[in-house]
Amino acid sequence: MNLALRDIRHKLGRFLLTCAGLALLLGVALAMVGIYRGVVEEALALSRALRAELWVVEGGTRGPFAEASRIPGDTREAVARLAGVREAGSVTFQTVEARVAGTAAASAAGAFRDETGRERIGASLRLQLVGFELDRPGGPPATVAGRPPGGARREMVLDRSARLPVGAVVEIAGLRFTVVGLTARTVSSGGDPLAWIALRDAQEIQFRLNPPAARRAQAAGGAAPSQDTVNAVIARLDPAADAARLAEELRRWKHLAALTAAEQEEVLTRSVVERARRQLGLFTVVLLLVSGVIVALIVYMLTMDKLREIATLKLIGAPDRTIVALVMQQALLMGAASFALATALVLSGKDAFPRRVALGPEEVAGVGLVVFAICLLASLLGVRAALRIDPAKALGG
Amino acid sequence: MSAPLVELAGIAKGFGQGEARVQALTDIHLSVSGGEVVGLRGPSGSGKSTLLNVIACILEPDAGVMRLAGETVWEGGWRIKDLRALRRTRIGFIFQFHNLLPFLDATDNVALAMTLAGTPLAEARRRARALLDHLDVGRRAHAMPAKLSGGEAQRVAIARALANRPAIILADEPTAALDSERARVVMALLRQVAREQGVAVLVVTHDEKIFDRFDRMVSLRDGRIEADQRTCAPA
Ligand SMILES: Nc1ncnc2c1ncn2[C@@H]1O[C@H](COP(=O)(O)OP(=O)(O)OP(=O)(O)O)[C@@H](O)[C@H]1O
Ligand SMILES: [Mg+2]
Repeated sequence: MNLALRDIRHKLGRFLLTCAGLALLLGVALAMVGIYRGVVEEALALSRALRAELWVVEGGTRGPFAEASRIPGDTREAVARLAGVREAGSVTFQTVEARVAGTAAASAAGAFRDETGRERIGASLRLQLVGFELDRPGGPPATVAGRPPGGARREMVLDRSARLPVGAVVEIAGLRFTVVGLTARTVSSGGDPLAWIALRDAQEIQFRLNPPAARRAQAAGGAAPSQDTVNAVIARLDPAADAARLAEELRRWKHLAALTAAEQEEVLTRSVVERARRQLGLFTVVLLLVSGVIVALIVYMLTMDKLREIATLKLIGAPDRTIVALVMQQALLMGAASFALATALVLSGKDAFPRRVALGPEEVAGVGLVVFAICLLASLLGVRAALRIDPAKALGG
Repeated sequence: MSAPLVELAGIAKGFGQGEARVQALTDIHLSVSGGEVVGLRGPSGSGKSTLLNVIACILEPDAGVMRLAGETVWEGGWRIKDLRALRRTRIGFIFQFHNLLPFLDATDNVALAMTLAGTPLAEARRRARALLDHLDVGRRAHAMPAKLSGGEAQRVAIARALANRPAIILADEPTAALDSERARVVMALLRQVAREQGVAVLVVTHDEKIFDRFDRMVSLRDGRIEADQRTCAPA
């Protein structure tokens, strides 16, 4: 006869209500874990989308994601000639404020809504621009709508999180781009949608957005205001090539530095999103601690509620293990029911979050394990209270 | 009468230290035989509950000898390791308020006591039903305790106390919550099971309306036995 289950069934309404409350709390904790994983994944999304094996950047820097990196446009040819390099491509990175201008067809009419029905004409939009060279490393991954870039100027392949359709027209620094294709899960470490445009277009935008003062200084100084600079060269290697050795070799070149893909990911997670990651991690831990305290209190209260019953059980000779089982099983059942509910809630609602909530079976199982441990630990308080109950309490009078 | 099942000799129990010391029981000599129903009365604070708790092995006496069901249980210290097992198999309890587990129906409340002593659940349920029938609450076998009347609940509690065929039944004010008619019925039942099963029954009571229902009445005052009289209980 399972006393824990029978007691729960006897007060099912109260048990379910308690579970619902706890599920909300655990749901928040689970969502935090998802957001934490999401931030890390988004941070890596850009470098993974480009599938670079080697990053060649400005000497003394750790690449365009950590700080400003500018290298001459002809670096690519030099890198491509290195033994072991299969192909190389110049890329630029730039965060810009874009304006939705309409669609190619309806721009004159001006009537334009996105798929959510919201009027988008004139709306502004933060984009992470990637300037790349057609058919060289640096282009977008497979498109999920529209077509891949064709190499024409003023075309854009955009991440679908921008919520713009194929055919939309976007204005950046006075230049108008037409969206020809959409990609998925390609965002910057800040969560901004990636937008791929031709390298020449990107350089033109960089020049136009240069502060006027800087442009005047360049003009006055007479130093050739070369427009042909890029932020990095990315390379894919021959299967037999050693990325670390190549990076070492490139570092000996003046004005250049190099990072392997692993080093780049390290930079992205360790420095670019480190604070956000730590903040979220800390918050997750705090939430789990709070959940633990609350579970402990609930179990303690459930136990105190059964003071008389437990005293009676002891008096009629129930061994301690019967009483410990009663308290612990209830705590674990409550944890399991709440966690199942929390998982269902978060998984069904995760797309409503503005940033990615990355919850795979691994994360869910991990949090589940933590919740299990918390319930086990938290029930110790209840167990201790139950074992201290004096059987004489049952006699009363 | 058969051999005594409860035997206390020189039992003493005090609480607290120094100035605050309360001598709750002093030099208690008491013996209850199988089939006997003994009442225990006395003014508030006279030590009735303390005595019952000592016999229930939930309070340790300070001095004396206590033998239960022929076994020496306390003599200068507990002589038995698993006191709960002793309670489970040798002692049945009946309380002022029935103290049935609210989440089990009548049958399972009785069956639980048996399963705790190792009886398989199916057999425990069958025997519980038989006991409830015997105590005339068979109709309410599947009622939850909250749905039972006071008299019915007390019968279920008696069935539970009898579940493991104990040698001793300890009852603390079992009729206090019942009217005189139902109190008499409960007492008649206790007498009946005492006779049938040769159980020693010790009942703490304030309830004058049942004073004539005992074989003997023990009176406590200030922790001492003041009187131990045979009453002229009806046969
Ligand atoms: N746990 C305890 N700690 C200290 N003193 C106690 C304790 N239990 C009982 N006493 C004292 O022992 C004495 C006997 O108490 P007991 O509860 O046995 O009386 P009682 O006859 O059952 O009274 P009542 O009819 O009011 O239930 C009282 O003076 C009481 O204050
Ligand atoms: Mg008392």
